[in-house]
Amino acid sequence: MATKTPIRLTINHESYDVEVEPRWLLSDVIRHQLGLIGTHVGCEQGVCGACTILVDGKPERSCLVFAVQAEGADITTVEGLSTDPQHLTALQESFRDHHALQCGYCTSGMLLTATALLKKEPHPTEDAIREALSGNVCRCTGYQFIVDAILAVANGSKEVQE
Amino acid sequence: MKPGAFEYRKATTVKDAVAWLHSDLNSKILAGGQSLVPVMNFRLAHPSLLVDINEIAALHQITFNADTVTLGALVRHQEMAESTEVRDRLPLLAVTARHIGHWAIRNRGTLGGSLAHADPASEWPAVMVALEAQIQVEGPDGARTIPASEFYLGYYTTELAADEIVTAVTISRTRHRLGFAEVARRPGDFALAGSIVEDFGDGQGSVTWFGVAGKPERVVLALPEEESARARSFQSALGKLSQLDDDRHRQQLAVTVAERAFQHSRLTGHEYLTFEGGQV
Repeated sequence: MATKTPIRLTINHESYDVEVEPRWLLSDVIRHQLGLIGTHVGCEQGVCGACTILVDGKPERSCLVFAVQAEGADITTVEGLSTDPQHLTALQESFRDHHALQCGYCTSGMLLTATALLKKEPHPTEDAIREALSGNVCRCTGYQFIVDAILAVANGSKEVQE
Repeated sequence: MKPGAFEYRKATTVKDAVAWLHSDLNSKILAGGQSLVPVMNFRLAHPSLLVDINEIAALHQITFNADTVTLGALVRHQEMAESTEVRDRLPLLAVTARHIGHWAIRNRGTLGGSLAHADPASEWPAVMVALEAQIQVEGPDGARTIPASEFYLGYYTTELAADEIVTAVTISRTRHRLGFAEVARRPGDFALAGSIVEDFGDGQGSVTWFGVAGKPERVVLALPEEESARARSFQSALGKLSQLDDDRHRQQLAVTVAERAFQHSRLTGHEYLTFEGGQV
């Protein structure tokens, strides 16, 4: 039953027409059909958060949604955070300044979760940041520098350069 | 780690969804998918037809009436956590919702999905049993209402027929103090033990656990003022469960988490009395 269905996805404000099997996960379609490989795939069971994307501005697991379900949704991946490829967002700059990544595998999911958090709550407490990030697993950093990077943006000590 | 092939159909009415379920008994409802998709990724489940109900607008509603609240099956956990009306009028639900999974899971996972999935460690089934809620389901022969206390049969097993879907849950007004507590290894993990305690205010109350037994059961018990007496009362209530886990650590944790839920009802109990935001 490999019948494919044509769908239109809206990712980072661009439209993509693609034919998918119903069983294809959104994470796989984003990576393999559209080539947006900034979205990483870790556990494929909703535990690790590496594949986190924004669906209508809210973080969701792209490995727990079928691509056919995502028609009509406004999707943001890590590639869409900064509109200008020459510039990082304030949050991305802050991640760099605070050494908030080592291997980088979890980073896109972290950035998307933190971006959504700061949009919803521009000045979160450290506890709120840790709670929001609790669904994103990082095996390298011990989280401290990630939290520091987000706190720096939240406290306005990081200048916004977009 | 990829799901097997299936046919996908998007329903816009409950009637269509039920008809499609009935046409293929190896079909499944796709609501939030936060439990279903992982088991499909593992190929522990291999439905031949998925009926996506996310576009059935009627199932998204939260409706407060004078003495009841009706929650649609597609209300997302995060909506429950953030709804001002839920927080004002039945804050136990908002407190509970915040304990479910992680933010990204809560944004998609649904009340109805959680109720129908019947994971013994999940929050909503226990809360609905504790609050003596009525679960509304619909099948090819029409709609019926099942008390939450009769809905759960055991581990991942409910009264729901293969061609029925959960459409809503109705909770009636309660004047009792309610408390909630949960213990998990890390925030967002499955509960090791959780509890909802209701204090009737006359030395009696009820306790409902999750994570410690095959299904949630509401047990009426004495709630003495003295803490060690209360612990004995929780212990004996635990003994009344029909499907208690045979694990002494879990059982000890159950007594502890029930006491925490009781303390929670004391701390903020006045907020948990009615639908009217604090008025009794």
